[in-house]
Amino acid sequence: MIRKIVNSAAALGASMFAATAAWAQDAAEAVGTPIAAATTEAAAAVPNPGNNAWMMTSTVLVLLMILPGLALFYGGLTRSKNMLSTMTQIGATAALAMMIWVMWGYGLAFGPEGNQYISWGKFFLAGITPDSTAATFTDEVISEYVFVSFQMTFAAITSALVLGAVVERMKFSAVMVFMTVWLTIVYFPIAHLVWEARGVFFVMGALDFAGGTVVHINAGVSALVAALMLGKRRGYPTEPMPPHSMTLTMVGTGLLWVGWFGFNAGSALEANGSAALAMINTFVATASAGLVWMLTERVMGHKGSALGLCSGIIAGLVAVTPAAGNSGPFGAIVLGAVASVVCYFAVSKLKPALGYDDSLDAFGIHGIGGMVGAIGTAIVFSPMFGGPGGDDFVIGDQLVTQALAVLATIAISAIGTAIAITIAKLVTGLRVSHEVEVEGLDIGEHGERAYN
Amino acid sequence: MKFIIAIIKPFKLDEVREALGAIGVAGMTVSEVKGFGRQKGQTEIYRGAEYSTNMLPKVKLEIAASDALAPQVVETIQQTASTDSIGDGKIFVLDLASTTRIRTGETGDTAL
Repeated sequence: MIRKIVNSAAALGASMFAATAAWAQDAAEAVGTPIAAATTEAAAAVPNPGNNAWMMTSTVLVLLMILPGLALFYGGLTRSKNMLSTMTQIGATAALAMMIWVMWGYGLAFGPEGNQYISWGKFFLAGITPDSTAATFTDEVISEYVFVSFQMTFAAITSALVLGAVVERMKFSAVMVFMTVWLTIVYFPIAHLVWEARGVFFVMGALDFAGGTVVHINAGVSALVAALMLGKRRGYPTEPMPPHSMTLTMVGTGLLWVGWFGFNAGSALEANGSAALAMINTFVATASAGLVWMLTERVMGHKGSALGLCSGIIAGLVAVTPAAGNSGPFGAIVLGAVASVVCYFAVSKLKPALGYDDSLDAFGIHGIGGMVGAIGTAIVFSPMFGGPGGDDFVIGDQLVTQALAVLATIAISAIGTAIAITIAKLVTGLRVSHEVEVEGLDIGEHGERAYN
Repeated sequence: MKFIIAIIKPFKLDEVREALGAIGVAGMTVSEVKGFGRQKGQTEIYRGAEYSTNMLPKVKLEIAASDALAPQVVETIQQTASTDSIGDGKIFVLDLASTTRIRTGETGDTAL
């Protein structure tokens, strides 16, 4: 979500805490009532149909990122015997996240009662009607059902992203148990901390336009911990495991990019100038990152590859997520390029050196790219680099805030994932049998083949 | 009669086919095959992970020709399919015991 209220923050003071308290007050006056609190008192406000229509569109664009976008992107990268398993785990995880979101997820993240760490209320969407509204970042409102749906798709894609590290060996039943626990103890609390008006990092002024911490660092770190606990695929890294269809991966990449406009520009919560800024940045940061990944391959003595282009595109999209409405276009281009180079080395050098099997590089691209984006946002937000920050914006102070948000996200993701994986292991067991893993999860887990 | 088997680079297929048509070859069987020779394989790299494939895709031509035409067929394939680099392929010539056209039952050179 947008964090432009930070403009006035840096001026306010010597002590960070004094500053944030005063600024939270400022923010409440300047920006309108915080999301959750607004939903009751703004009953008289009527959503602008243009904003509502854009948010409905954005919401389904995020769904497009998951099914079929991420399913094809990840599916193409796996071996053909695990194609359906990969896509089915993604689809079912997204569906599960939607169910949980309307039962207790929305309440835990954005409920009316609560404190800086968690909220509650509105479980099973109690009390929400077609007339209910949610505040945006100006004095506009949108329909609360649209806000609930929009946020629901974020929970769905974040949980689906984690699967990139565990495909080709994790049981379907274990995925379902893991995700139920993980969403509850990791995703909803972090969404509350960063995006809800009372959340610790919202109040501190952490800049995270569309979910660099909540979605990407969270998914990436959780993916790494899950991969470590689950163990490597049989035969990794000696046996060749090349992608079975770069064609489908390329198709998925394109769908992800298109859908990401809903993700980033939709995070403005209105069809306004902030959404427009997020849109242009989602084009140019991504384009820059795609080309720079291929250039990096050339510099390292290889051919510029299709998977390189796709990987760069995703790295750029990830990095620009927190910066989408918080950067000028040229800041975004540099941010995308830096993220691309860093992610290149993370997946092609760091991963083999450390020996973990993050099968589809969920950590290497979403985790690492997310961190580059989150930290980099403190720099590109500055008006010195063409960002939308005020003249009094201080990069150093913001870097500290960003780093704190990143570290806290890493800690919660890692600990929560360890707990969720342990519970899944106790309930269902984590891995498929040796035989199923060799034969492929498509037949072993689902009784179907992707290609006949 | 001779039975000629040629393994060539896939992109040379059309050129070879046209050249053989021009010298009077009336038919052939073409298949996509994999194998290796001096060219060995090639390396694929996905996000830094290198895989070497030791079989390369080639095209196999099978042609039955009369004793009179056979040397010309071999020469034509050799000249057309050559790129002066390793991996251009090989041509094998075998003696062919008999040929029968299924539709008419004709045998020998008239069946070619």
